[in-house]
Amino acid sequence: MSPETSPAPAATQPTNGMGRRLLFLLPVAAFAALVGVFALGLGHDPTALKSAMIDKPAPAFTLPPILEDRPGLARADLGGKPVLVNFFASWCAPCRVEHPTLTGLAASGVPVYGVAYKDKPQDARRFLGDLGNPYQRIGLDLDGRTAIDFGVYGVPETFILDRDGRIRYRYAGALTDSVLKTEILPRLEALSAQ
Amino acid sequence: MTTRLTLALLLLLAAAGPALAVNPDERLADPVLEARARALSKELRCLVCQNESIDDSNADLAHDLRVLVRERLTAGDTNAQVLAYLQARYGNFVLLKPPVDPATWVLWFGPAVALAIGAAVVIQRRRAQPAPPAPLTSEERARVDLLLADDK
Repeated sequence: MSPETSPAPAATQPTNGMGRRLLFLLPVAAFAALVGVFALGLGHDPTALKSAMIDKPAPAFTLPPILEDRPGLARADLGGKPVLVNFFASWCAPCRVEHPTLTGLAASGVPVYGVAYKDKPQDARRFLGDLGNPYQRIGLDLDGRTAIDFGVYGVPETFILDRDGRIRYRYAGALTDSVLKTEILPRLEALSAQ
Repeated sequence: MTTRLTLALLLLLAAAGPALAVNPDERLADPVLEARARALSKELRCLVCQNESIDDSNADLAHDLRVLVRERLTAGDTNAQVLAYLQARYGNFVLLKPPVDPATWVLWFGPAVALAIGAAVVIQRRRAQPAPPAPLTSEERARVDLLLADDK
């Protein structure tokens, strides 16, 4: 082959060399981006819904008591000090799971208020009789309307309210000691210090 | 024996009928209000099952929300007021069709933007294609013929 009949292919597209090299990096970049997205997804629970009630005042409600020695619960009882409001039911298995954690928290002096969600009073009484009663006040939400007003979509759900009766935090699901340590107690302390 | 079995199976099938989430006792007597309630129910998400409307769902909460929607309509709420009532408690997630706001821009406009970028890339690549080489001059043609003749 004579030199004048075989021009180097690279010479015909001198400006594309850099672009080509970047093109090879594209799949690598796309892969890295996907890894990032999936890594974020792994730490995210898609069933845990964000509460729309955060920083809103607790809704108005008045619930009758279920125990003779414990008063019912109403909007007027909230405020003055930070409290926990825990929606539970005797028919709810995770509520049994979280019960010891709740009892421990109440024993440490944190005021815990309970709302028995769509529960028969006698069932709720048996539940508390069997497992012990961590609640200072318990209201019976027979038709579940108070729960809807709080934006509850399943028991157990636990709300932290500040001294103004404002909802500051919601945890959906069974409380565990680690949730208590990382989510609940720091927030309660911060609210008490305010 | 077989007839009894067939009868039993038929009875079972009859009992299994279509599962309607909306119970007869939930329905409103006023057909106009009931139609509005049904339409609203189809727009509202069952928060327990998450990918079903409350109209389709048999969840307890879906039932409660259907009853609530009907109560509010009966009380004179507009459709928008009913949706706003639930939105205030459960956030935008309760709406199966999310509203257009900065948080959902990617959802609403992402596909169109992706399509536009794809079209731009295709057009760009078409343009960047090198022009076809100029036809051979008569001198070059002659040389090619010569070379080809040599091979034979």
